[in-house]
Amino acid sequence: MEYFFELLFSGLTRGSIYALIALGYTMVYGIIGLINFAHGEMFMIGAFTALIASSVLSIYHLPLPAILVLAGLAAAVWAGAYGFTVERLAYRPLRGAPRLAPLISAIGMSIFLQNYVLLAQTADFVPFPSLIPEFAFLEPYSAIINSSSLTILAVSTLVMTALTLLILYTRTGKAMRATAQDQKMALLVGINVDRIISFTFVTGSALAAIGGLLIASHIGQINFAIGFIAGIKAFTAAVLGGIGSIPGAVLGSFILGLTEAFATGYISSDYEDLFAFALLVLILIFRPAGLLGKATAEKV
Amino acid sequence: MKSPPMLTNKDVRHAVLTGFWFMFLTFPLLVIKVNPTEQTVTWRWANMLWVGGVSAVIALACRLVATRRAGRAELLRQMPAQTTHELHPFALPSRDRLIPLFGVIALFFIVFPFVFSAYQVNIMTTALMYVILGLGLNIVVGFAGLLNLGYVAFYAVGAYTYGLLHFHFGLGFWAALPIGGLLGALFGVMLGFPVLRLRGDYLAIVTLGFGEIIRLILENWREFSQGPSGIANIARPGLFGIDMSLEHSLVYQYYLTIAIALLTIFVVNRLRDSRIGRAWFALREDDIACQAMGIDTTAAKLTAFALGAAWAGMAGVLFAAKTTFINPASFTFMESAIILCIVVLGGMGSIIGVVAAALILMLLPEYLRAVAEYRMLAFGAILVVMMIVRPRGLTSQTRRIYHLPH
Repeated sequence: MEYFFELLFSGLTRGSIYALIALGYTMVYGIIGLINFAHGEMFMIGAFTALIASSVLSIYHLPLPAILVLAGLAAAVWAGAYGFTVERLAYRPLRGAPRLAPLISAIGMSIFLQNYVLLAQTADFVPFPSLIPEFAFLEPYSAIINSSSLTILAVSTLVMTALTLLILYTRTGKAMRATAQDQKMALLVGINVDRIISFTFVTGSALAAIGGLLIASHIGQINFAIGFIAGIKAFTAAVLGGIGSIPGAVLGSFILGLTEAFATGYISSDYEDLFAFALLVLILIFRPAGLLGKATAEKV
Repeated sequence: MKSPPMLTNKDVRHAVLTGFWFMFLTFPLLVIKVNPTEQTVTWRWANMLWVGGVSAVIALACRLVATRRAGRAELLRQMPAQTTHELHPFALPSRDRLIPLFGVIALFFIVFPFVFSAYQVNIMTTALMYVILGLGLNIVVGFAGLLNLGYVAFYAVGAYTYGLLHFHFGLGFWAALPIGGLLGALFGVMLGFPVLRLRGDYLAIVTLGFGEIIRLILENWREFSQGPSGIANIARPGLFGIDMSLEHSLVYQYYLTIAIALLTIFVVNRLRDSRIGRAWFALREDDIACQAMGIDTTAAKLTAFALGAAWAGMAGVLFAAKTTFINPASFTFMESAIILCIVVLGGMGSIIGVVAAALILMLLPEYLRAVAEYRMLAFGAILVVMMIVRPRGLTSQTRRIYHLPH
């Protein structure tokens, strides 16, 4: 039974990280209908920026919680800036182009960013300092949950709640929902659609960067290629829940995280990544609209 | 006549701001380098100046091109209408005038092994294999417009077909070549069937997932594929059982690859003008209109998948025979991305374009060692820039006109 709970918490931890990335995919898809292939790289860039920030800050002997917060802030700010720039350079000129053009451009951006980090930093795995402090009150339960898992769960719950409130109750959130519903109509009622799209990219990238910091601190090492697999898995989660739907992305992420945790725990750990890919292929074939998505018929 | 458009102060300010933005953007990753084990930090301020300067110059150049283009459009609008009729002032030279050019190219490829070293021949053989792969993917992506991001899976199927058949049954290259092609086609149909209903971008992701699944199976199913350690000592292609030295064998492989590449060019060229080829073009332009014209889209999509995969399968057999060693690390997503880059750069659907792009992209990094490090960076940038500047590829495509026989 203890093993079951260990797997359960491991699944929830994975799920909340996937959710942080999947939200970016689903928000961008909801608004401009593009699979932002370079989104996984925002997660990777966030992790690297956090590593650099925390290393520089630790020279000045700041307390651990301060380093964690500042590194998280740096990761979110710079990943947001990358998200903004990528949209301006690679996607905005292609609005109204044939469907495949932005997708190929996104793949190019993903390859470019991976190799940019490879050349600017290193090709090897880099150890990531564990920034999350050990909580004393978790001592008796250390077999099933550790403090970094708990922090990940708490932070991601907090971030997701904030995002939900932002989308439901603020002016910008309302504008985002309007743009997702009908871009032309949103323009007609005076919404600056370009700015909303930029804002979506920045928010999504910042969320992914926070996910990057948390998972890097949890696992303890990063390299330039981590964004690819994480991105594909988060995309799977977004599709599973119904791409374009925000509660769907969270639901899909937890289903994927739990499936992976139990499948690797009870079946075999060799095929860890295979479960996600198999799940992705199966959903797209049998229920392309996802669990919470609406199937839409194409009108001619 | 108006004077040519000039750069204004606004453009210069924009360029300077762009420079500063990129300096800020690349600050943590390009300037700071940390060594977490030794707790040391290196500051590389020179990089920052480079980034700022280069991005400002590029921004300025982009503005200049944009204003020039706007000025030219204005000029065209002012001119009388009838002059715009002449759409193609530079018509392609006629077939007869191209023959000497093709002759020179053919001669170059024939004498190549006698002039250059074995190392160069080896590189050229690799480049020619990418010609075959590029043309195969061109059927799927360029002709039929189905974005396949898992193309390398079929390449792997071909390579492992030969590797395993040789390992277990001692089968030779010539027997494995058609089997590799057939198995590739079979896997193509296997992938094609379930994804028929999917739209462009979903299709791309499923094919990517499929490619990764094949690689992961090859990596983890050790009893079947020997896992990451791969299969070694695969026989090189034979020629009527003649014993060949390594050097002769390399030259033989070179000619063999040329022969298969020529066959590919011939077949793809014939396919393009065939009934199914025209069905693919229709499918690429508009799925629904194509169906309304009475084309069986299911059959068209499946044949595109099967034929594209068949060439990848054969290229895989060729690859296994050339390197004599295969393991799953050769079949990653990056490989698919390189092949896609060839097709996109060559101009989707253009045969000459794809051949030229494959040779350029494969040979350039080999001969310019300085840029080899930046190869993948450049591939990524090429994909983005091509989509923005020339989504139709390097060679401009003219629509083929079919004449009825009298």
